[in-house]
Amino acid sequence: MTIGINAFILVAGLLFAIGFLGVILRRNTLVIFMSLELMLNAVNLALVAFSRYNGTMDGNLLVFFIITVAAAEVAVGLAIIVALYRRRNTVMVDSLNGLSR
Amino acid sequence: MLDSLFYVFSAITLLAALVMVLNPNAVGAAMAMIVSFVATAALFVLLEAYFLAIIQILVYAGAVMVLFLFIIMLLDVDKSEQAFPRDKMTLIGSFVGFALLAVLVVSAFNGAHLPETELLSVIENPTGSTAGIPFTTSAKSFGYSLFSKYMLPFQLVGFLLLAAMLGVIVISKKQESTEA
Repeated sequence: MTIGINAFILVAGLLFAIGFLGVILRRNTLVIFMSLELMLNAVNLALVAFSRYNGTMDGNLLVFFIITVAAAEVAVGLAIIVALYRRRNTVMVDSLNGLSR
Repeated sequence: MLDSLFYVFSAITLLAALVMVLNPNAVGAAMAMIVSFVATAALFVLLEAYFLAIIQILVYAGAVMVLFLFIIMLLDVDKSEQAFPRDKMTLIGSFVGFALLAVLVVSAFNGAHLPETELLSVIENPTGSTAGIPFTTSAKSFGYSLFSKYMLPFQLVGFLLLAAMLGVIVISKKQESTEA
């Protein structure tokens, strides 16, 4: 394969920027959370690319841990969102402004 | 042929991510996210991280996104609500996001590049525990690394999963109103 590492880093950076746009632009809390997962996924891609092009295994191990931590974070975050929905009956972040009063 | 596969799968990843961010429907966004994750797993296969590709599909696309879809269906968000805000701070934030994208693309094609390292030869089996575990394509080296060099993060992640499970159970219990 003649693809250099710069191509993989570009794809990872674009994925990260798209996830960042999703966090900023969307009002639905669940879609914001999914964009956060997209940013984590971009970091995973960059780590695996660096690990392959440097000939070491440590980047792959770190991706293993990042995937595990992301799964735990999604579980807890979704439980918080469900509990919040039970209290406020909405998931749109414009309506969840209880701290601004 | 692997080069064209890289272009195809990276295009699928980026387009699915764009669809996820721009889709007003939450279920459609989750479906596009699944497509993006599977295409990322294909990119992992191109990078010869086969174990991680399977873990990506099993955990991310198979468990995390299914959990998202459960919660999206459970909360039953009204689709007719406005999906994108229109106030000033959000427009400034989105402009910063687009500027980040533009800087990234421009610097990737015009700016200073990292030195291009050629692909090193792949070792088939791990031999010893030194600093910087040599790259292999076998899953045995994952197990070897997790139990020798990365033992402490491994145990801590076990504790983290236990804490997350307990936290989810505690948070999602229905509050029983104890009116005296």
